[in-house]
Amino acid sequence: MSKDNQVLEEFTSKEYEHGWNVNLEADEAPKGLSEDIVRFISAKKNEPTWLLDWRLKAFRLWEKMKEPTWANVHYSKINYQDIIYYSAPKQKKSLTGLDEVDPELIKTFEKLGISITEQKRLTGVAVDAVIDSVSVATTFKSTLGELGIIFCSFSEAVKEHPELIRKYLGSVVPITDNYFAALNSAVFSDGSFCYIPKGVRCPMELSTYFRINAANTGQFERTLIIADEGAYVSYLEGCTAPMRDENQLHAAVVELYAMKDAEIKYSTVQNWYPGDKNGKGGIYNFVTKRGLCFGDHSKISWTQVETGSAITWKYPSCILKGDYSMGEFYSVAVTNNYQQADTGTKMIHIGKNTKSRIVSKGISAGKSQNSYRGQVHIMKRASNARNFSQCDSLLMGDQCGAHTFPYIDVENQTARIEHEATTSKIGEDQIFYCLQRGIDEEAAVALIVNGYAKEVLNQLPMEFAVEAQKLLALTLEGSVG
Amino acid sequence: MMLSIKNLQAKIGKKQILNGIDLQVNAGEVHAIMGPNGSGKSTLASVLAGREDYEVTEGEVLFNGKNLFDFEPSDRAAEGIFLAFQYPVEIPGVSTINFMKTAVNKIRQYRGQSPLDAVAFLQLMKEKMKLVEIDQSLLSRSLNEGFSGGEKKRNEIFQMAMLEPKLSILDETDSGLDIDALKIVANGVNSLRSKNNATIVVTHYQRLLDYIVPDFVHVLYKGKIVKSGTKELAKELEAKGYDWIKNEAALV
Amino acid sequence: MNTATETSLLKNIIASFNSTKSAEDILRQKAIELLEETGLPSAKSEEYKFTPITKILEKKINWTSTTPASSLSSINSFLIKDLAAYLVVLVNGKYSKELSKIGDLQNNLIITSFSEANASAKATIKSHLETVVKSEDSFALINNAFWQEGIFIQVLQNIIVEKPILVLHINDANQEQVISHTRLLVLLEKESQVSIIEKSESIGEQPCLHTFTEEIIVKESATFEYCKIQNDHGQIHQVSNTTILQATSSKVNTFTLTLDGKLIRNNLTIIIDGEQCESHFNGLYLLNGNTIADNHTVVDHQKPNSFSNELYKGIMDDNAKGVFNGKIYVRPNAQKTNAFQSNRNILMSESSTINTKPQLEIWADDVKCSHGCTTGQLDEEALFYLQARGIPHQSAKSMLLYAFALDVLASIKNENLKTYLDQLISERLHKNF
Repeated sequence: MSKDNQVLEEFTSKEYEHGWNVNLEADEAPKGLSEDIVRFISAKKNEPTWLLDWRLKAFRLWEKMKEPTWANVHYSKINYQDIIYYSAPKQKKSLTGLDEVDPELIKTFEKLGISITEQKRLTGVAVDAVIDSVSVATTFKSTLGELGIIFCSFSEAVKEHPELIRKYLGSVVPITDNYFAALNSAVFSDGSFCYIPKGVRCPMELSTYFRINAANTGQFERTLIIADEGAYVSYLEGCTAPMRDENQLHAAVVELYAMKDAEIKYSTVQNWYPGDKNGKGGIYNFVTKRGLCFGDHSKISWTQVETGSAITWKYPSCILKGDYSMGEFYSVAVTNNYQQADTGTKMIHIGKNTKSRIVSKGISAGKSQNSYRGQVHIMKRASNARNFSQCDSLLMGDQCGAHTFPYIDVENQTARIEHEATTSKIGEDQIFYCLQRGIDEEAAVALIVNGYAKEVLNQLPMEFAVEAQKLLALTLEGSVG
Repeated sequence: MMLSIKNLQAKIGKKQILNGIDLQVNAGEVHAIMGPNGSGKSTLASVLAGREDYEVTEGEVLFNGKNLFDFEPSDRAAEGIFLAFQYPVEIPGVSTINFMKTAVNKIRQYRGQSPLDAVAFLQLMKEKMKLVEIDQSLLSRSLNEGFSGGEKKRNEIFQMAMLEPKLSILDETDSGLDIDALKIVANGVNSLRSKNNATIVVTHYQRLLDYIVPDFVHVLYKGKIVKSGTKELAKELEAKGYDWIKNEAALV
Repeated sequence: MNTATETSLLKNIIASFNSTKSAEDILRQKAIELLEETGLPSAKSEEYKFTPITKILEKKINWTSTTPASSLSSINSFLIKDLAAYLVVLVNGKYSKELSKIGDLQNNLIITSFSEANASAKATIKSHLETVVKSEDSFALINNAFWQEGIFIQVLQNIIVEKPILVLHINDANQEQVISHTRLLVLLEKESQVSIIEKSESIGEQPCLHTFTEEIIVKESATFEYCKIQNDHGQIHQVSNTTILQATSSKVNTFTLTLDGKLIRNNLTIIIDGEQCESHFNGLYLLNGNTIADNHTVVDHQKPNSFSNELYKGIMDDNAKGVFNGKIYVRPNAQKTNAFQSNRNILMSESSTINTKPQLEIWADDVKCSHGCTTGQLDEEALFYLQARGIPHQSAKSMLLYAFALDVLASIKNENLKTYLDQLISERLHKNF
C-alpha cells in the first residue's frame, strides 16, 4: 500500500509538458468587456452589421444573466473586466499559403506535435489552427474544395459564406442558452467552420488545434459544422495552453447540425494547462457543445478525452429530433492534483425510434474532484426510444472524489432506459499480476488505466488514439525510478 | 545451484505461516511441493514472487547466487522467476497480446536488449501459441475476463512460454481443471522443460504429477518441509492421505 | 427565486405561526426563522425539481394552525389483519388514547405520546428531539415549528420486542381541510430489537396536508425494522422526513410502500455512523390516477466497513408521476464501504412519467459502489411466452407486474405483515391468476 502511495505521489509530480510560450507580438483589445469591446472585435474582423447586432444582443442578454452555480466545481469569482477579449498574433496581410505563415508560428505547432508543413505531405488530416482566438492556417483547403467541402476559419466563413452562417449560427446553441454561451456569442473571435454538401463523405479527418498564448487572454472560439443530407464527417479538436500562474478563461461554443442520413463524429482531446500541483493557475474550461440530429436517420457522436484544465464544465449533447436519429457520447475525464471536472452529456429524445448511448469513464487522482453529470430525457412523442448509459469511476488515492449525477426523465411509456454506474480502484492484485510479468508499477498503472478507458479510446480516429493514450499516461504518470 | 532457500520464515499480518523452509533447486529439475490445505504452499510461491502482503521474518533465498529479496517483484520476473497464478487476475480492456508485448519488452529492456518490433513479437507469439494449443482469438480478448478456468490456466502457461523463465512456479495450476484441460496444460509445461530451467509445481493432489513427472517431491506441513522423496512419495500420499504425514510429524 | 405565490404561502405560514403561542418556544421560533431564510422550494430547487409542491399547496391548502375534530368511530378497516401489534393511533395529528391499544408495558419498553409522557420520558425526548433530523428541507423546518404531537418509543438495552408496533395515522377530511404535523422519536438502546410499522390513511374529499418527522436512533448492535405504508384514499399531500442514525454493528431494514395520495414526498436518510453496519432499504411505488410520489433517499457512509443496499421499484399508470432520487455518499474515511443501489421502473400508460436520478458521491478509494437504473415496459418476450402457454394477455400482464413488484418484499420478516402487503400489491395490480 505504501508503495502505491509513493507511486501516486510521483505521478502527481509530473509537470505539464506543453508549458512554454511563444513570442508572437499580439494585437490585443484593451482589458474588460463593454459594448465598445464587442464593437471593437466586430470591427477588427470587418463583420457585417447583422453579425454586430447579433453580438450586441448577446452581450445585453449576458449582462442580465447570472453565472451558473449548480456544477460541482469551486473557484474564486471570475472578474470579467480583467480579461482581454481579443488577442491576435500580428499579421501584416491575409495569407495565401503556408509559406507566408510566421515561422515562429510554424514552430509553435511543431512543438505541439502538429507540423503544418508535414500536413502538406500527409493525406490523413486537414488542420485549422487557432491561436489566441484567431485562425492562423488551414490546410488542404483546395483538395476539400473539389468535393464542395467548405473548411475554413469562422471569420473567413462570415465573409465567404454569409448565407450559411446567418442561417445556422445559434441554431443549435441559441444566444440565451446559458451564461457562457451568451458570453461567447458576444465576443467570439474566431473558430472553425465546416460544411459537407449532400451525399459527400469527407475523405479525411478535419482537425482544429486551439492554443491560448497571450497572458490574461480569454479564448472564445466558435465552431459550426453542418452535414447536409447523407454527408459524413469526422472532426478532431485538440487544445493546449502555456503554463501561467493566473487562471485563464476558455468559453467556446460548438454547434453541430446533421441533416437527414448525415453523420458527424466529433472528437476532442483536451489538454489545456491544468494548473500546477498546488492548484495554482490553469484554464477554466466552460464550453457549450451541442449537436442537433435534425433529419431522420442522422447520427452525432461525441468522443472526448479530457485531461487538462483547472476546471472543466462541459456537456456535449445531442438533440435527437429526427426519427431514427442516434446520439453517442464517449468520454474519458482524468483529473489530478487540484483539478475539477464536471462533465457529461444530455440526450434529448424528441423523434421516434431514437437511440442514444453514453459511456463515461472518470479517473480521479491526487486531490481532484471528478463529476459525471448527464441527462437522458425521453419526450412524450419519442416512441420506442432507447438509451444505454454506463458511467464508471476509478479512484486513485484517498484524497480525491468521484461523483455521478445522472438525470433520467421519461415521459413515454415505450422507452427503454438502462443506466449503470460503478466505482472502483485499481486492484492491488492487478498491479501485482503485472509486476510478476516484469512490468514495472508505472507501466502497470498506465496499462490498467488505458484498459479501463479502452471502450472510449477505441472511438477515436487512429491519428488521435495514440496521442490520447500517451496523454492519459502522462497525466497520471511520474518519474518512477 | 539455481535456487537455494535457507530457513525461510514468513508471516501475513500477525500470522506466522512459513516456519523455516529449506529447499535447493538445480537447473533441469522439477520439484513438486505438496501438502494439505493451509500448510503454506501458496505462501511460499507468493513470497518467492514478492507479493507485498507477506513479510519475510527470517532466512535467505538465493536465486542464481543473488539475494532474491534485493529485487522488486518486476525485477524478479525480469531475472527469470515466473509465477503461474492460482487465481489469474482479470484486467478489463487490456488484451493478453498487449499485456505480453509490454511484459516481453520491459524484460528485454531490463536485460539490455532492444525491444521486439510488432513483426518479431507476432512471430514469437505464433510459435508459442502452438506449444500450448491456445487460440489467438482468446489472446485478443481482455486479459482473463470471462475466461473459463481452463482458459485462464492455459493463458498462464502461454505467458510462461512467452517469457521463457529460468524458474517457473506453478501454484495449484491443476485446481478447477478437467482431465483434458489438465493434459493440455501439462503438455505445455513439459514441452518447455529443458536442462537450463527448473520448475516448482505446487499442488494438493497427485493427479497433476502423473503428467508433469517430478524429480523430487516435498511435503509441506505447518510451514515446514516434513518429508522429501521422489515421485513415489506422491503416490504414497495419494494412497495414505495427509493424515499419515500429520501423524508422523506429530511424533517428531 | 421564489415566485409571488410561493412567497405568499410562506407569508401565510409565518403569520399563522406568529399568531399562536408556539412563537414563545425557542426551538420552534428558530425553525420558523430558518424557514423564512430558506423559503419554500421553487421550480428551480434541485431537490424539488420534479415535484411542484409549493405551487400545489398554494392552490389547495388554506394555511391555518387549527385542526378539526374527527367523528371517526371505527378504525378496523385500517388495521392489518391478524397482526398482533402494539397499536398507536393518531387522528388528525392528535394522539387518540381511546383508539390506541398499547396495554401494560414492562419497564424495558416505552411507547408513549409526547403529551402523555412521564417526567423521565419527557426529559429523554427533550434531549433527543431534533438531534438527528437535518434542517435543510423546508418541510422539516415547518414540522419543527408546528408539530402538534409526537410518539416516543424507547427499547432498553438487550431487549428484543417480539410484537411489532403499529403507528396508525388517520386524517379525516370529511368535513373540512386537515393539516397535521407529527413526529416519531425512536431510541433503540444497545443490542435491542424492534419492528415499527407506520401507516398513513386518509379519508374525505377535503384537502389535507400532513408533515411527518421521524428520528430514529439505532445504537450499537441494535436491529431496527421499519415499514411505511402509504395507502391514503383522501386528498392528502404529505412530506415525511425520516432520518435513521446507525451506530456500530447495527442493522436496519426499511420498506416503503406507496399506493395512494395526491402528492407524497418521502425523504429517507440513513446516516451510517459506525463500522460493520448493515442497511437494506427497499421501496415500492405503485401509482395510478393523478398521484405524484417522490422518494428521495440518502445513505451517508461516514465510517468505514459498512454495507448498504437499496432497491426501489415503481409502476406508474394513468397520469401518475414517479420521482426517485437516491444518493449514496461515501465520506473520505469510509474506506471498504460496499454500497449498492438499484431503481427499476415500468410505465404503463401514455401519460405516466418517471424522473429518476441515482447519484453517487464518493470520496474514498477503496470502496465498491454501484447503481443501476432502468425504465421500460414489460418484457414483450416474457409476455408472449406466457400467452403461448394459454394465459390470457391481461392475466399474463398482471402476473409479470406482480412478479416485478414482489421481490422488494423479500426483506419483510413478519408473515402477517407480508401477507397484508402482498394483498395490497395484488389488489393494485389486479392480480387475477
